[in-house]
Amino acid sequence: MTDITLDDLRRVMAACAGADESVDLDGDIIDVPFEDLGYDSLAVMETAAILERDYKVTIPDEKIAGLPTPRAMLDEIRHSLAAAS
Amino acid sequence: MTTVVTGVGVVAPNGLGVDSYWKATLDGVSGIAPLTGFDTSRYPARLAGQVRDFDARDHIPGRLLPQTDVSTRYALAAADLALADAQVRTDALPDYDMGVVTANALGGFAFTHREFHKLWSQGPEYVSVYESFAWFYAVNTGQISIRNGMRGPSSAVVTEQAGGLDAIGHARRSIRLGTPLMLTGGVDSALDPWGWASHLSSGRVSLVESADRAYRPFAADASGYVPGEGGAILVLEDEAAARRRGAGPGYGRVVGYAATFDPPPGSPRPPALRRAAEAALADAGIGPADVGVVFADAAGVTELDRAEAEALRGIFGPRGVPVAAPKALVGRLFAGGGALDVVTALLAIRDGVIPPVPRAVDVPDDYGLDLVYGEARQSPLSYALVLARGKGGFNSAVVVGQATTGHQH
Repeated sequence: MTDITLDDLRRVMAACAGADESVDLDGDIIDVPFEDLGYDSLAVMETAAILERDYKVTIPDEKIAGLPTPRAMLDEIRHSLAAAS
Repeated sequence: MTTVVTGVGVVAPNGLGVDSYWKATLDGVSGIAPLTGFDTSRYPARLAGQVRDFDARDHIPGRLLPQTDVSTRYALAAADLALADAQVRTDALPDYDMGVVTANALGGFAFTHREFHKLWSQGPEYVSVYESFAWFYAVNTGQISIRNGMRGPSSAVVTEQAGGLDAIGHARRSIRLGTPLMLTGGVDSALDPWGWASHLSSGRVSLVESADRAYRPFAADASGYVPGEGGAILVLEDEAAARRRGAGPGYGRVVGYAATFDPPPGSPRPPALRRAAEAALADAGIGPADVGVVFADAAGVTELDRAEAEALRGIFGPRGVPVAAPKALVGRLFAGGGALDVVTALLAIRDGVIPPVPRAVDVPDDYGLDLVYGEARQSPLSYALVLARGKGGFNSAVVVGQATTGHQH
């Protein structure tokens, strides 16, 4: 597993932290703040924890809190994947 | 200051919603049946009061599903039902004018069982971060508070099976201290394999296999209790504040509350249930003759039934008051039990009818107990006394009275 896509992230977000009926996760969400998507800090932490597990990367907790959007989350995972390979 | 109950939400094994529950209770419809959640064939007890026809997706927002145990889903649903019943629009009231106090005795058993299974079989990285609070006794209060924007004084009460009454007593106290509206009550559920093992460890679960005969409070050959799930959430309000927002008279008033603690095992002093009941009557400013019905704790364990009968005989005299035990239809709901009994007591007063235990019960003569069984008993009622005991020494009593104006909700 060498890359992660926005669709991968959507699946993890819906499965692990739940989907808000008022938010379309399938829409153009890449730069929408997690908070506006209905994901609080714990939901972001849960999402990050699943991604860390599935992609075998480690993101320090203090960094997770500073990932405001799906794009930032994806960039962080890709950065970790690149560093690992 | 008068505390009124302006709305109720019921999630019970024999009915979802107050009207469905009350009809089932008056008709003697039982919610006790073989436990269906897992294979119970190798367990000594297999009957439970299970909530049926509850699809969480119909009641709970999708975002909350991954972070809630089944007990919290019931609590959120019951809170929604209660607020709708009271016609409270939480967004139209100041958030600090509404508080939440709920009781819980068991925590999030099924959720925690699932996460522990992941921990042991897959590793810590597979455990949900939501386990951090989903197991917790205060989670129902927290989730109800967050979902409904209720930021007034809020807390959780953990007093085993007395908790439902203690929460209502504390909510009334909060109203007297100045919070106009409180959501209160209790909900529990632990019917997963781990929760079931915990129930069985009490040594008080009935091993009788017939659903009709497993849990028969006050019977001469009482055989223990049947565990159940669910409970009730109530909207309590300061009567003047309720009037100001245009609420109707509601179901009735919470007029008395008291709690006591038993002396340690082996003490020559008597159990403290009677003292709790008498203190609640004194708090209500009424005497035993004013009480039209007692909703008993109804343990279904001979030693405890006998002690409760003795307490009631001491207060009311032999066969001095009708005694109801609607728990026999749903099992013991732990923190949910007392809260549901308070709802049932209010409905009994509203409609002037005491719900029966459906089948005849051979109550020992020396109990001196007028247990209502067979048929519902029509009776004008002004006040009802509700009792609950929790393992470990907890005794609580709540007195409810008819709505001030007397007209129907």
